[in-house]
Amino acid sequence: MTDTTVTIEVNGRELQAKPGTMLIEVTDAAGIRIPRFCYHKKLSISANCRMCLVEVEKVPKPLPACATPVTDGMKVYTRSPRALAAQKGTMEFLLINHPLDCPICDQGGECELQDVAMGYGNDVSRYTEGKRVVADKNIGPLISTDMTRCIHCTRCVRFGQEIAGIREMGATGRGEHMTIGTYIEKSINSELSGNIIDLCPVGALTSKPFRFSARAWELTQVEGVAPHDGVGSNINLHLRGNKVMRVHPRDNEAINESWISDRDRYSYEGLYAEDRLTAPMIKKDGEWHEAGWEMALEMAAAGLQEIGDGDQIAALLSPSATLEELYLAQKLMRGLGSNHIDSRLRQGDFRLDETASSVSWLGMKISQIENLNAALVVGGNLRKEQPMLAHRLRKAALAGAGLHYINPLLLELNHEASQMVCTPAGLLDQLAAVAKSAGVAAKGAIEEVIKSAKIDESSSTTADALKQAESTAVILGGLAQSHPDYALFCLVASVLAEATGSTLMVIPAGANSTGAQIAGAVPYLQAGGKPAQAKGLDVLKLLKVPRKGYLLMGVEPGLDFWSGALSVSALQSADVVVALTAYRGPELEACADILLPMALFAETSGTFVNAQGDWQQSRGAVRPQGESRPGWKILRVLGNLLDLKGFDYTDSTQVSDELSAVCSNDVLDNRFSLSTPVERQLKTDGLQRGGDTPLHAIDPLVRRASALQQTQDAGSAVIRLHPAEAQRLGLASEELALVKQNGYQVNLPLELDESIPEGCAWISTGLVATATLGQPFGEVTVEKA
Amino acid sequence: MKVLSNYFKSLFLLELFRGLSVTGRYLFKKKFTVMYPEEKAPVSPRFRGLHALRRYPNGEERCIACKLCEATCPALAITIEAEPREDGSRRTTRYDIDLFKCIYCGYCEEACPVDAIVETRVYEYHFEQRGDNVMTKQDLLAVGDKHEKQIAADIEAQAKYR
Repeated sequence: MTDTTVTIEVNGRELQAKPGTMLIEVTDAAGIRIPRFCYHKKLSISANCRMCLVEVEKVPKPLPACATPVTDGMKVYTRSPRALAAQKGTMEFLLINHPLDCPICDQGGECELQDVAMGYGNDVSRYTEGKRVVADKNIGPLISTDMTRCIHCTRCVRFGQEIAGIREMGATGRGEHMTIGTYIEKSINSELSGNIIDLCPVGALTSKPFRFSARAWELTQVEGVAPHDGVGSNINLHLRGNKVMRVHPRDNEAINESWISDRDRYSYEGLYAEDRLTAPMIKKDGEWHEAGWEMALEMAAAGLQEIGDGDQIAALLSPSATLEELYLAQKLMRGLGSNHIDSRLRQGDFRLDETASSVSWLGMKISQIENLNAALVVGGNLRKEQPMLAHRLRKAALAGAGLHYINPLLLELNHEASQMVCTPAGLLDQLAAVAKSAGVAAKGAIEEVIKSAKIDESSSTTADALKQAESTAVILGGLAQSHPDYALFCLVASVLAEATGSTLMVIPAGANSTGAQIAGAVPYLQAGGKPAQAKGLDVLKLLKVPRKGYLLMGVEPGLDFWSGALSVSALQSADVVVALTAYRGPELEACADILLPMALFAETSGTFVNAQGDWQQSRGAVRPQGESRPGWKILRVLGNLLDLKGFDYTDSTQVSDELSAVCSNDVLDNRFSLSTPVERQLKTDGLQRGGDTPLHAIDPLVRRASALQQTQDAGSAVIRLHPAEAQRLGLASEELALVKQNGYQVNLPLELDESIPEGCAWISTGLVATATLGQPFGEVTVEKA
Repeated sequence: MKVLSNYFKSLFLLELFRGLSVTGRYLFKKKFTVMYPEEKAPVSPRFRGLHALRRYPNGEERCIACKLCEATCPALAITIEAEPREDGSRRTTRYDIDLFKCIYCGYCEEACPVDAIVETRVYEYHFEQRGDNVMTKQDLLAVGDKHEKQIAADIEAQAKYR
């Protein structure tokens, strides 16, 4: 051990350190404070702010602690007269051009420059000359800029290049004329862009939705868990009174490091949407009336009881609901004698349900993703599905991992990778070709698929990469999951993973997709993730053959389902639809009969199980709005009204304790098998639709976050065609196109896009204008409008 | 001896006349009673009376919603809400002072970086309805508009001591 550490002395204190680490890392670990602006533990070292100057013995000039590697016997003084003079001088230079507008600056009160000026600066300014003024840039709806305040620490620039992987910000000019900005006037489109607000040590970059609304000292901080993706990013909710004012990341190296995605940061705005449901509503003769809780709950219970036959009742639950809500909902349904419970609302194929017996999950720890040496991503645009996981994968790519993508469109990636772009139906063939190249035998359920696959150069290089590299993974993304042949994807991917020694990873669709399976909110599992004795039907069957009664929780018909039009028509034909929801929404009002106002993520206590299986509990930070109540309380009362046993909870932790008591540790397992042959459902000829769910259209909360809805990632209801395909259809010069799918039709603006393969028409789901169409993958006809 | 002197003192009411001589002196002195409300006592420019919000000479309100007064107020009497105004500047949408809570310490005035919130010389005010004790932004601006001349003169006079 002695030859791997050096001993240095800081302010007379002996410290041990690894040779080569920077001085500032050693002092930070020892709790010795050195002022800094440009240094950040997660970014590269630029040493351009000069604030961290310290005195080192036998060195003629003060040295920047962030860029000085430790050497044995080094003697450092951080508070010696020379070090203090250097720090004071730097501070004075930094303040030359910094405006003294702290009273109107949003950073005031939480500003690193303010703090360091207080601690290390002069008490009066000697500078009387004119100050520099820099024009503000418009960089989009999320971040507001006051570039005069910038002190050129370049943290935002380095974040863009190193973490977000976008070279959108940079410094132009030199010396006093140096300015930070986007090179050309444009908004920043990174899905992690909000993090530069936290990084900015001054008030140059601040949050636009939060602008001027509160001061740092007014806010109280409550820990929370982000409710959108399966990562479960740790967040801090900043509250003023009973209102969530903003969301900041909470460091957790195992999950989100120091970052959060923009979706997690800005979705709190959806809590205060105009169409928030604040009182129970019941539909009488097609008219909505407000009702008391007692009446609405009794009506809901009576409606469900009247159906009598458990087989005629189904529960469709949001995969982003809390574990407690999902568990109680399935307990309620099983109490009513129904096993028809599903939360995989965007999945396109359920043929593996008959043999499925385990909980699918990420397959490895989130932090292990960056150690992969090679990976194959099948049908997944991770950047726009799971930004934090994409960030980990990018880290792997930067470390030299060979990444391969099979997708129905060319992705805009922020790292090196080889992309195989094929038509929606061709996806499976390409995956099968990789499997065949890897030596997978054509037998069992996938015999046909493997046999017909044609090995080409890209498939064999991918297979070789997966075989040769040490730590590898096959990743099934969201596009694959909404594919009508997802069962085949799972089967081929799992044998491919086996043949190449890779880990099979399934990217979760919602915040609690893994938790939903553990809670038993899928038709083939019961609470605890154990195989159910009697299997229920999947969401698709439950909609194709409509039931008499539905229990919805946290979902909006049309927008949260695989096939929007099918979900609306099925729910409309039902006798009773009881919806636990936080919003009214026109789709829900058209389908439901009873609306029960449910509290949202910051308003209810609950547990989220992320993709790697961590149970993360958070408590309610603010009171639910109006008459709304936490979901678990609504379900508890509903259970009591239905005379079901075991619904006497007084605390949400009792619910999660009850569930964790029946959970075993080894339920997480990506095991897919089927012995009977599986037919292909997606035809290989004709024009096929392809569709994703845009990043900011994934759940009702984020669809109502007004700032996020102004970003590019909110998606737009357009049809995207390859120019050659548009030419073939005679639409090359058209602006509108009539899209027909399964008898539903809609006019959509037409965009020509070379990243879409020929034979595919790209139309996103989750948007109001496309909700009247069917599933994201399937036959579609496009004509002149 | 003592008994004798006390006897004469009380016989001739000496102490009574000594006391009355003070009364007599003041009877003919210049009177210092202020006949409030017809007459008023002089007020210091540092007097801390009713609050006011000031404007710039061009009519623009001074307050920039920095919330330092709210933060410094020891009685938590000030409530401020802010948002960007149409022109993008930082302004209050609500500025309330609860005069029942206020202890007239003048910290708000001291904290204000733009001399927007001030305590005027006005000490004659009352409330007739519950709730009137909360001065809204409009009330405060009206007070400021009414007394701007005096406020400006007072601040001018005190500038060299600040």
